[in-house]
Amino acid sequence: MTDFTQPHTQAGAPSAAKGINWTHLALRWLLFTLLGLFALFYLMPLFVMVTTSLKSLDEIRTGSLIALPREVTFDAWRTAWSGTCTGVQCEGLRPYFWNSVIMTVPAVILATMLGAMNGYVIAQWRFKGANLIFSLMLFGCFIPFQVVLLPMARMLGIMGLAGSIPGLIVVHVIYGIGFTTLFFRNYYVTIPAELTKAAKVDGAGFFRIFWSIFLPLSLPIVVVTVIWQFTNIWNDFLFGVSFSQAGTQPVTVALNNIVNSTTGVKEYNVDMAAAIIAALPTLLVYVVAGKYFIRGLTAGSVKG
Amino acid sequence: MTEWLERHTPKMVLAPSFVAILIFVYGFIFWTAWVSFTRSRLLPKYELKGTVQYERLMASPRWDTAMDNLFIFGTLFIVISMVLGLFLAILLDQKIRAEGALRTIYLYPMALSMIVTGTAWKWIMNPGLGIEATVRGWGFENFAFDWVVNPDRAIYAVVIAAVWQASGFVMALFLAGLRGVDEEIIKAAQVDGIPTWRIYSAIIIPSMAPIFLSAFIVLAHLAIKSFDLVIALTGGGPGYATDLPATYMYAMAFSRGDIGQAASSAMVMMGVVFAIVVPYLYSELRAKHD
Amino acid sequence: MKKSVFVTAAVAAFITAGAAKAGPEAEVLHWWTSGGEAKSVAVLQGEFADNGGTWTDMPVAGGGGDAAMTALRARVLSGNAPTAVQLKGPAIQEWYEEGVLADISAVAEAEGWADVLPASIAGHMKCEGSWCAAPVNVHRIDWIWANADVLKSNGIDMPTTWAEFNAAAEKLQAAGIIPLAHGGQAWQDATIFEAVALGIGGPEFFQKAFVDLDMDTLKSDTMVEIFDQMRTLRGYVDANFAGRDWNLATAMVMNGEAAFQIMGDWAKGEFLSAGKVPGQDFLCASTPGEGFLYNVDSFAMFNVDGDDKKAGQDLLAKLIVGQNFQKVFNLNKGSIPARVDVALDDFDSCAHTSAKDMAMSSDNGSLLPSYAHGMALRGAQSGAITDVVTAHFNSDMSSAEAVEMLANSVANSL
Repeated sequence: MTDFTQPHTQAGAPSAAKGINWTHLALRWLLFTLLGLFALFYLMPLFVMVTTSLKSLDEIRTGSLIALPREVTFDAWRTAWSGTCTGVQCEGLRPYFWNSVIMTVPAVILATMLGAMNGYVIAQWRFKGANLIFSLMLFGCFIPFQVVLLPMARMLGIMGLAGSIPGLIVVHVIYGIGFTTLFFRNYYVTIPAELTKAAKVDGAGFFRIFWSIFLPLSLPIVVVTVIWQFTNIWNDFLFGVSFSQAGTQPVTVALNNIVNSTTGVKEYNVDMAAAIIAALPTLLVYVVAGKYFIRGLTAGSVKG
Repeated sequence: MTEWLERHTPKMVLAPSFVAILIFVYGFIFWTAWVSFTRSRLLPKYELKGTVQYERLMASPRWDTAMDNLFIFGTLFIVISMVLGLFLAILLDQKIRAEGALRTIYLYPMALSMIVTGTAWKWIMNPGLGIEATVRGWGFENFAFDWVVNPDRAIYAVVIAAVWQASGFVMALFLAGLRGVDEEIIKAAQVDGIPTWRIYSAIIIPSMAPIFLSAFIVLAHLAIKSFDLVIALTGGGPGYATDLPATYMYAMAFSRGDIGQAASSAMVMMGVVFAIVVPYLYSELRAKHD
Repeated sequence: MKKSVFVTAAVAAFITAGAAKAGPEAEVLHWWTSGGEAKSVAVLQGEFADNGGTWTDMPVAGGGGDAAMTALRARVLSGNAPTAVQLKGPAIQEWYEEGVLADISAVAEAEGWADVLPASIAGHMKCEGSWCAAPVNVHRIDWIWANADVLKSNGIDMPTTWAEFNAAAEKLQAAGIIPLAHGGQAWQDATIFEAVALGIGGPEFFQKAFVDLDMDTLKSDTMVEIFDQMRTLRGYVDANFAGRDWNLATAMVMNGEAAFQIMGDWAKGEFLSAGKVPGQDFLCASTPGEGFLYNVDSFAMFNVDGDDKKAGQDLLAKLIVGQNFQKVFNLNKGSIPARVDVALDDFDSCAHTSAKDMAMSSDNGSLLPSYAHGMALRGAQSGAITDVVTAHFNSDMSSAEAVEMLANSVANSL
């Protein structure tokens, strides 16, 4: 970490010793103003969603959509969690949450593990054709999921996994491998090959080197990968809606059912509350993982 | 035997993923290519009928719009997100006290499903409800921000929301990269009196080439697959002014029961991806390994 | 295939664990997930359960059934079709042609559906002579809704011709009121378009253009006239209409910001839930011109294995067309019953108008399927028309260009 707003002539010297440095102070202010403005931009939609979720439907109908609520009510949140109809059942998002959890967690773990091993092989054990395989995997990231739906449905039927959560896990792992491999490969490629060579000379094998050298270095990239995978899988709607059946539908399908009715009365407050509730696990991952992100970095383990 | 095993372990580790990709990506691309030469409607049929689907595609003004939009949207989205992500990462790298909070704020949009965030953006950008109305309420009567309802500008409104969603993740990638740069080199450069911007442009940024690759792939993939966002924000409208190939394909395959047409549009899309990504991959990977 | 059926059964059994083992069973794929609609389906589920059935709910909302149709395709291809599916219009016959629909003629004949359903609606429920779907309701599309106070204070009556409508709109615009509340989404543009087409072209024209896809009719001067009227209407909507949800447009009529809205009868639900009274706070009338455009929701049964499920299909079909469900469901949904022998005492005045007009149109041959809501044409064809309608409405394309494009687009849709 390097503070570049500190003039380079003073590198290493405590600026306090020379009194107030106005240039430095001005730069810091500019920095914070910029960061603050961007923060506002990023927070704007969340602000709209939260305020809307705290209004009553009457207020939404009559007032401005992006004004602060005149009267704060948490009814919409209660309804979204356990009362609103997602079909014949009116139990809110609650029953669908567990489906998403048991789908997302194994899929994220599996895809991350596979990605780490693949990345390790491609970056450090270069064999003939490794780059071609890597390119093929990368290109696979670009296949539009709409294309995959129908043949995948057929395959799942053949495998006997149609409509089941294991089926959804398989799908998410397969289409996650490309990205997880990319992330780990690009991370491991910055670790000097000499490290592996030296370990090999010492008699360490393939798995031992991975386990005792690479894995301990991997925290930041694991965090990035988990964030990416968790977000994608948790928020996925297209696979969730196509490869599930009654009883295995993930929370995004339920959210969609709440939000996307064409000819019913729209309850925007419930919609917004439901959206935030459905996003809580991913938000949690971001906050918690963010912490480990720093920890991994401050441990000073990542050096090019 | 053990030696053989030792030598081939890396390949065997890679094999299952490779086979899966071969079947579930390339096999399916082949399947799609096949279907694009049939007259499949509601469900896929396998009897080949020539290039009629491609001819239909080329005759469709809506497809033209979708392709134009992909180029406008894709370019702007990738460039802006990269620049903004790098910029934010550099700002955040200046020993900021509230870094944790700020980083989370920049990153959180990725956590939210566009099904609903799109609605929030729709309100914010709607001239009668959002920014325009608010700023006019402050007394600036001539202020106009009507992109989302203007057929010629709506695609830029989609870019704004897309950048909002993805730039934070790019920021995180770059931040991780910046933290990975050797501090000793930077210190040495500082002692030598090299100006800060030079340190960034000549030392730090070039050392992050693999991160640029990751960021590019992530963004390009998001650009091509952008779907939820368009559906929620503009529904492809006004008219079909913000239609993208992904929304076009979905509409054909699933709302209109025209699977042959959808398959042909998918193949054209894959062709575009191929034309852009492959040269890039080639140069990136070659530069890295020579 | 066998295996996946086994898994389905296992999962279904797991979900319904504790419920009666034998007896009618149904997994129902539908897109009625919000308040009133969901309550309406719950009525059906209740009746199903009262008759010993086990209902497994598979709701998928979005895009007027698009998402549900996506799920349906995946389910059918994986050999795991749901028992009953909400399907409508020519899509029923298309699925039948794929060989996946079950025959429910036995129930239909036992219940005498032919005697209680209007002939044109019954036609949608048949595949090559046998019954393959059960109708739930009749939505009327060509409605015009108005704010009663706004009309009164501006001295305007409900228009009965498009010329009258235009005159009224000019007057309202001069008074600073938005004449037409509209949401610029393709399906809403198409909804207005078909109402205008029916009004200006008449039922016979509509039939030829949007059911038979007769090229001469599509290219006719009448069609140019229709696009002209669309351009005129474009001048009566506010600047921010693009992408607006239909219910927000309804809200504009409700609070007097706008005077009229052209929308199917589900708009009534929005008025009613805001506590407005038909005839007093808001007015409903058919759009200018004669005829009646219907949008009939229905359920089709898919081929499944197992006597429990087959029994479920029969029971479901019987209940759907049953008097009680037809009444309760439609009271909730704003539509009218598909069968004509249901007492309408509990329905409001708009529903009475609708039922009366339906009977009349059925007699004189002007009871027509809505193209915009997927009742008249295959998806690819109706989509091709909608593309042109929405492109015209959202640009400065001339009517002649639009007609030309319409003909090309329809020809290109196979």
